[in-house]
Amino acid sequence: MSYDTALTVFSPDGQLFQVEYAMEAVKRGLCCVGVRGKDAIILGVEKKATSKLQDVKTIKKVYQLDHNLCMTFSGLNADARILANQTRLQCQQYKIYYEDDPSVDYIAKFTSQQQQKFTQRGGARPYGISTLIAGFSNNKPKLFQTDPSGACSEWKATSLGKSAKQVKDFLEKHWREGLHEKDALLLTTKALMDVVESGNKNIELCVIRKNECWFLNENEVEELTKITAQLQ
Amino acid sequence: MIDFDPSTFGLAHTYQKEDKDEINTLALPSAPQVIYKTLNGPTQISGGNKLNNFKHGTTTLGFVFKEGILLAVDSRASMGSFLSSEQVRKVIEINEYLLGTMAGGAADCQYWLAYLANHCRTYELKNGSKLSVAAASKFLQGILIGYRNSGLSMGCMIAGTDTTGQHLYYIDNDGMRLKGDIFSVGSGSTYAYGVLDNHYRYDLSLDEAVELGIRAIYHATHRDTASGGVVRVYHIHQDGWTKVHDGIDVVDLHYRFAQQKGLVGDGDEAKQRLF
Repeated sequence: MSYDTALTVFSPDGQLFQVEYAMEAVKRGLCCVGVRGKDAIILGVEKKATSKLQDVKTIKKVYQLDHNLCMTFSGLNADARILANQTRLQCQQYKIYYEDDPSVDYIAKFTSQQQQKFTQRGGARPYGISTLIAGFSNNKPKLFQTDPSGACSEWKATSLGKSAKQVKDFLEKHWREGLHEKDALLLTTKALMDVVESGNKNIELCVIRKNECWFLNENEVEELTKITAQLQ
Repeated sequence: MIDFDPSTFGLAHTYQKEDKDEINTLALPSAPQVIYKTLNGPTQISGGNKLNNFKHGTTTLGFVFKEGILLAVDSRASMGSFLSSEQVRKVIEINEYLLGTMAGGAADCQYWLAYLANHCRTYELKNGSKLSVAAASKFLQGILIGYRNSGLSMGCMIAGTDTTGQHLYYIDNDGMRLKGDIFSVGSGSTYAYGVLDNHYRYDLSLDEAVELGIRAIYHATHRDTASGGVVRVYHIHQDGWTKVHDGIDVVDLHYRFAQQKGLVGDGDEAKQRLF
């Protein structure tokens, strides 16, 4: 009997194969990076046009969930859109219930809870994405990662997707506590440029500050990639 | 957040059920399915939503000052002209950092403030951080708006402390939520406001504030027949709340204040032998 076709069945050695296969889908996805600095968090993600006819500028892979909360992902694009919309709604719903802004851990837990729901229900498959959620809580920057199994954890810097291991090694070597926004931005860009096909059009960057999000436009990204290329 | 419903395990059509989940709407918090059925229907209590409804006499007050927040309440419960109790506790201790005052229907206040306490605790356990006073009062408002026109009668104050300081909110059964520095609620509130507005300053010391609260409640109990009993005083500061006075009899206060002014307090100061 195969234990990997139905979601709601454990294998004899305690694995949920569908969930693991979902994580494989994430590993095949395009690379994304998150770096936590002292006063900002940087999210960077690779975007690839499937054909020359596609307008790469219009692919937006960093979703703004709230005025100072953003999310990016690796994996299936459509799943990310659905999950981002649900999380956006939850941010607003929280405000109606409680007036305050939700904290980043609350939103990260909510997202991972949504992902977990679909690991325990028949007739539906897990979300094929791992997300990076970045924002400020109590004036402190926080970066969370969720995955298809519904696990949620906080990170200083991390990467997901195709070349995640390579980027993580790079980050482990070069990340340090208390990075200023500029340094964190350069670090993220450098990490991405190592694994992404050349060409600035393939990178999307977002800086999350205490009260706002800054989505770098095409020219700013181009400038940044030029500066990064000149650095060691 | 939505709670997972175990009865949908393994059902192929559960995904469709998700569409109707709260998550896809901006629905207000759903309170438990409690049926509030009054004997004669809500329309009978059309006068019951007003603060001065005699049936629910009370005086409660709260004000913000430099040392935090002071709450003072009376303790009389009356049903028309029948005095049902002189020892009601009108300050409800929601948790160690939040207090609620009761005015209007005692049952409504007690139940929903206890429900709020339950919710605050669950939130704290789930999320590792406490609900702020703004959040707790907003949550209560959400519930009361859902029960609008159902005959609830509540005019309560939520006062507490959180990371941003001490805050005072007034919430009533119409779903009104106001943040303020001075509130007084109940049939005796007009008398209490008279004293409060006269002597309130932000830079009162704790002792002066306690004295002001006690005086305001005393004057309300003196002139309003639906207020009386004892005065209870609570102080909210950054470490939580403290019960300053558990019950000072207003009759004693009457003679004490009279004596301070050099009077007798028997209503015949001019010695005209009225009786």
